[in-house]
Amino acid sequence: MSLKSKSSINSRKGTDKLVYFLVWLFSFFAMIPLFLILWDVVSKGYKNFNINLFTKVTPSSMDALIANMNGDPIPGGVLNGITGSILIVGLAILISVPLGLFIGIYLSDNRDKKFAGFISYLTDLLQGMPSIVIGIIAYAWVVKPLGSYSAIGGSVALTMMMLPMIVRSTEETMKMLPPSFKESGLALGSSYTSVVFNILLPSGFGGIFTGILLAISRVLGETAPLMLTALGASVVNWNITEPTSALPLLIWDFYNDPNLVELVWSTSLLLLIVIFCLNWIAKIVSRKWKI
Amino acid sequence: MKEQLGEMRDKIFRFLLFFAAVIILLLTAGIIYALVSRSTEAFQEYGVWGFISNPEWDPRPATEEYGALSFIVGTLYTAFFALFLCVPFSLSVALFNGEYFKGKKISSFVRSIVDLLAGIPSIVYGLWGFYAVRPLVIDLGINAQGFGIFLSSIVLAIMIIPYASSLSTEFISMVPNKLKEGAYSLGATQFEVIQNISIPTARSGIVASYILALGRALGETMAVTMLIGNTDRVPKGLRDTGNTMASVIANQFGEADGIKLSSLIAIGLLLFIITALINMVAKLVMKKLASV
Repeated sequence: MSLKSKSSINSRKGTDKLVYFLVWLFSFFAMIPLFLILWDVVSKGYKNFNINLFTKVTPSSMDALIANMNGDPIPGGVLNGITGSILIVGLAILISVPLGLFIGIYLSDNRDKKFAGFISYLTDLLQGMPSIVIGIIAYAWVVKPLGSYSAIGGSVALTMMMLPMIVRSTEETMKMLPPSFKESGLALGSSYTSVVFNILLPSGFGGIFTGILLAISRVLGETAPLMLTALGASVVNWNITEPTSALPLLIWDFYNDPNLVELVWSTSLLLLIVIFCLNWIAKIVSRKWKI
Repeated sequence: MKEQLGEMRDKIFRFLLFFAAVIILLLTAGIIYALVSRSTEAFQEYGVWGFISNPEWDPRPATEEYGALSFIVGTLYTAFFALFLCVPFSLSVALFNGEYFKGKKISSFVRSIVDLLAGIPSIVYGLWGFYAVRPLVIDLGINAQGFGIFLSSIVLAIMIIPYASSLSTEFISMVPNKLKEGAYSLGATQFEVIQNISIPTARSGIVASYILALGRALGETMAVTMLIGNTDRVPKGLRDTGNTMASVIANQFGEADGIKLSSLIAIGLLLFIITALINMVAKLVMKKLASV
């Protein structure tokens, strides 16, 4: 009897150790892909990561072919993608940030209203929408009526992706502020407007700004919705009604063109650097301006 | 006078806030209208059920015919297999961060690494899958080209690990210490506490996080488009190539018009409905947890 219970304790301890080991092992394996991806992108991308990447537009497939045959570096860069990403994402920021802040403030201030609950539900629905479906919508709303692929079409698509994220982060931040902030402002005779702009928004700055940065970093790499809206262009374009390129679109083009494939890794490296920097800044901001 | 002005300003401001919220309503209505109105042509031609259940996707003018079944099957196949592959990893990460090393330095390290995985764009995953994972799949002898359901699911599984693990971590770390200490005082090992206290208590939250991760996998576009092989028929198995609902839209939208365009948008509408339902189920499961 006592022998049996002893072996049962040993087997229980054994199982415990085994599970502990497995959790370590699988957690370790879950982290590996990040390093493999980074290694691939950096080791293959650094060769073409030079000043040309930032100052020249995408070369034609023919020029790249000739350069490849002569063993020269590919004569061109991704300037058109950099400016295009700035234009498309910049416009999306201009639309989605003010709108997202307002909706977030509305939702946090009207928590008990049925209408606010419904809007909050719809926000979740929008957030879960696949990006390709958002591309179709922007195509139907903007590209079809305008009769041409355009930067503004891409911006509308990215706005739809950013909006729910900014609404959520604003709402969550506002909910975390102590109610006394708002109450004491109102009790001192301030108007609701000035309470929002002078007390609530500044106190919630960290959370709100972090949310905006994360939303930007999420949409910077979006490819699918832009394929259906902005399409791409081989020149620098600042006209919002014209087809425009973007960094992820160029990665897609390079991937499909055997002559330009050398550029695919340096462009990915550039995109990853920007995205990780945004994430890193977001982390610092949220730590520094903690409520 | 000044007070009146302030009141006026407040009214306008409150109206603006309300109006901004109404925009969400308009957006949703506009989305549904755009999808439904542009897919009616296909649904009228083939019937709703006829469109969903038809495995043919034939763009040749003489025998032109479109059905969504191949892509629905391809989508479910890749997404569920990816979910299956990701479970041991994301559950381990969740237990690592929420139970074994809760609040420790190493857990915040693991968390930031896994979070970075979520920041990598889909198209970069596609590239990496094509150049780094595909050769391994060929070496394994899965199929000659490497493309297909198997390759897509592996990469998808890696992509959804952060989504599945971050939410489950929250729920596992929320399990009250009192419950766990009770079990420890009765002589339970840490594994027994996890098995009998932590996981059952956090079960709804863990289930919800996997449902949300499934929603992610269903809608993922670029990586899958680059890896699945893009064949317009019902995949025969894990080794076969195929297409998902998202990847067929990404691949063929550009050159489509007429009934083909309408059929692609109809697939978009179906995808929208599926992901909306999945998110709703996840929300219901979480609500159940909150009421307990």
